[in-house]
Amino acid sequence: MSERTGSGAPLLEVQDLVVHHGQLRALSGISLRVYPGDVYAIIGANGAGKSTLLRTIAGLHRPTGGSIGYEGRDVTRIRPEKRAMAGIVMVPEGRRLFPSLTLEENLKVGATYARKGPWTIERVYDTFPFMKDRRGQKTAQMSGGEQQQVAIGRALVANPRVLLLDELSLGLAPVIVQRIYGVLPQILASGVTVLLVEQDVSQALRVATHLQCLLEGHTTLEGRPSDVTAEQVEAAYFGMAGAASGHPGEGSER
Amino acid sequence: MSAVTDATVRSGEEFRVTRSRRNVAWTGIGALAIIVVFALFPYFVYSGTTAILVQAFIVLTVASMWNLLAGYAGLVSVGQQAFIGLGAYFVLILAMHSFSPFLALPIAAILAGVAALPLWWLVSRLRTGYFAIATWVLAVAIMLFIERFPSLGSGTGMPLPGFSGLSPTLLNAYTYWAALAVTVLALGAVYFLLRSKLGLVLTAVRDDEVAARSSGARVGMARMLVFVVAAVGCGAAGGVLAIEQLQVTPDGMFTVQWTAEMAFAVIIGGLGTIEGPIIGTIVYMVLQQTLQSYNAWYLIILGLVAIVVTLFARRGLWGLLDEKFNIRLFPVGYHLWAPGETRRKRGNGVTPAHGKASIGG
Amino acid sequence: MAWVNAIIQGILTGGLYALFACGLSLMFGVMKVVNLAHGDLATIAGYVGIGVIAATHMPFLWSVPIVVLVMAALGYVLQRTMIQAALHRGELTTLIVTFGLSMVIENGLLQFFTANNRGLGVGQGIVTASFSIGSHIQIAWLLVIIFVLAVVVLLGLQYYLSSSKYGRLIRAVADDREAAQLSGADYRHVFGIAAAIAFGTVALAGVSYSMTTVIDPTTGTDTILLFAFAAVVIGGIGSLWGTLVGGIVLGVAQQIGAQVNISYEVLAGYVIFLVVLVIRPQGLTARRSQS
Repeated sequence: MSERTGSGAPLLEVQDLVVHHGQLRALSGISLRVYPGDVYAIIGANGAGKSTLLRTIAGLHRPTGGSIGYEGRDVTRIRPEKRAMAGIVMVPEGRRLFPSLTLEENLKVGATYARKGPWTIERVYDTFPFMKDRRGQKTAQMSGGEQQQVAIGRALVANPRVLLLDELSLGLAPVIVQRIYGVLPQILASGVTVLLVEQDVSQALRVATHLQCLLEGHTTLEGRPSDVTAEQVEAAYFGMAGAASGHPGEGSER
Repeated sequence: MSAVTDATVRSGEEFRVTRSRRNVAWTGIGALAIIVVFALFPYFVYSGTTAILVQAFIVLTVASMWNLLAGYAGLVSVGQQAFIGLGAYFVLILAMHSFSPFLALPIAAILAGVAALPLWWLVSRLRTGYFAIATWVLAVAIMLFIERFPSLGSGTGMPLPGFSGLSPTLLNAYTYWAALAVTVLALGAVYFLLRSKLGLVLTAVRDDEVAARSSGARVGMARMLVFVVAAVGCGAAGGVLAIEQLQVTPDGMFTVQWTAEMAFAVIIGGLGTIEGPIIGTIVYMVLQQTLQSYNAWYLIILGLVAIVVTLFARRGLWGLLDEKFNIRLFPVGYHLWAPGETRRKRGNGVTPAHGKASIGG
Repeated sequence: MAWVNAIIQGILTGGLYALFACGLSLMFGVMKVVNLAHGDLATIAGYVGIGVIAATHMPFLWSVPIVVLVMAALGYVLQRTMIQAALHRGELTTLIVTFGLSMVIENGLLQFFTANNRGLGVGQGIVTASFSIGSHIQIAWLLVIIFVLAVVVLLGLQYYLSSSKYGRLIRAVADDREAAQLSGADYRHVFGIAAAIAFGTVALAGVSYSMTTVIDPTTGTDTILLFAFAAVVIGGIGSLWGTLVGGIVLGVAQQIGAQVNISYEVLAGYVIFLVVLVIRPQGLTARRSQS
């Protein structure tokens, strides 16, 4: 794996993470380092373990091995809400807005335990202008793209240091996805670091500063987008080129 | 590499599935012996003791039924007293029409099972917690309804006719044998039910309902069947109760205390095992006998112990014993033999009674 | 005219039943817990109220907020300890724990207070005072006060849930526990708040109830829990104002039944409950069928 020589300590450090779903091993020794200002993308096919990784970092899942470090502290056993209050905020897969709450109420909930920082509900409205007129609407009636933006807004008002984005593009048209990702620069400019999971590889390559590819719970590729070729990504994404599944990791980069 | 891939690579060798115990024969003989011994009690045991045993048999029967409902079908009923009461009153009605109460007993039990059908239709759509209270409401409603009939004794109840000509000794003996018969039949029914395909369906449902449904299991029918069987069992117990008490009263038959007793006995003994209710009944009887004069106390203690057990020793007393010694008196499980395996290994067994003995995870 | 009286009586009693029911509905809506000890808590509140007055001879009205606050605190503690532990282990465990609690409370009360019933003895004046409309209709003041109290509580609850920080959190946690955690909310604490509200309202109901009639150890289940449940189902699971609708329908059904024959009162209520369960299981106020 390519070495990260970052200046200073990593903001988020995952070491040899092992995660099980019951008896099934979902992650087998995953490591990564996210530095301030990064856009770190995790890519991989369905079932590769990407969302599991993000959920474990967010605290919704307890790892069976390995550790998670944040701002130099070990947060492996810290409850999810405490992590959110410390600045690790996730936009979960599938949006997961609160259906019986209005748009503004969803944001208010996100702001309840917010840290101090530049993001306020008003700033979210400025960033996503469509929200201004719809603030009193129940989110269940909104389109997928709008819901995704509300979900991002709900995470932003908590003023995260590390924003975890889980499968933003899921179920959305490519045009909408691009528009949503277009907000990323503003988020980064406010001092937020991003760790995202994305099934759409080209989209991930467009925005990422670093990436890691997972396959059946193992890391098959890691590096900068500029350092890897399309063939390498494809091989890492699918495992051994042309082979049936069954021997994950064999023949791919370790 | 898993054992499965190994097996498919090596040709000619297979996996086999058999029943989990070879010693069923011994258990069967042992059970028969115990039954015979119990049956002989009236000949050499004081009637005071057989009376206590009758109580124990009643509790064991209803506890087994509650265990069947909650431990296997995922139905937590707080209203089984409805069927206990119905069984008792059906015996009364039949006895009032010149049936011998002993003859009326099986008929009353079946009638209770029939009554369960419309009741199931009423409550089956409700979610677990609301299902529980709904069964309670049903029990109360049925009791209030029965209290409307002066011919049945209204609120105070009626003595049970049909015993004239029977000497007290004979009456005690017949009552005892009826209770024993009901209990043996109840335990036997549960055992054979669980060894059957139905048992497998129920366990599958208990472990993962969605998977079970998608593999074709008829979940609704299975649950309804269990509900009816439990009604028959409780109805029979109610009939025995009526015979033992020589009278039928609404309060005595329909009190929710019955649910408390059967549920707590099962929880303490071990939910989801056939042996559990037996142990639980023993604990219950011991408590009841020692605390006799302290009326409400045994229920208080029973309740507290049940709370502690369900929180901290989920599989009950039998579960603790089983974990230590791996005993099974009533084998209903299966054993998976890997290719070439001749000796039984722990951990390859799949037993319906193990696994999540709770619903909702 | 006796019928009109009966109907009015039933409507007013519905307020009390709504007070019984809103806590049960809240606990189920937020944490999916059916608290089988719900009614017994109201009975405890009634007994505590009686005890407090007997011991301190303080004016009755002072004891009410004390009892309500004590019970609310008890609710928070019980939720954070026993009920949370039970929730962790599944629905069956939760039912056994709350049922066990119910049996322990009832038999405990039976043991210490005997089966005799108690009244709050607020003074004959309040209990029997009534006013008349026309020459045939008599309405007890106490019932009207309790009805108004119920409406006020429901209004307060609605306002709290819709506009306050914790009200929002309660609704959010009820919608999606994990998503709420991701926003920094400790759902166990929010559950505790919800339980405190549930216990507080049912305590208020219990104290009110013991003013109108005498209570005994089994009142908790026989009357309060089952009536509360019937009111919730009739009105519509998940609806706060539905509990008032359900309570009123239940109360009216009971009073009409009593008019036919005094001993039909309770049964009539349950018959209506069963009818609603059959023809409109989602309840009278629900717009779409909810399962």
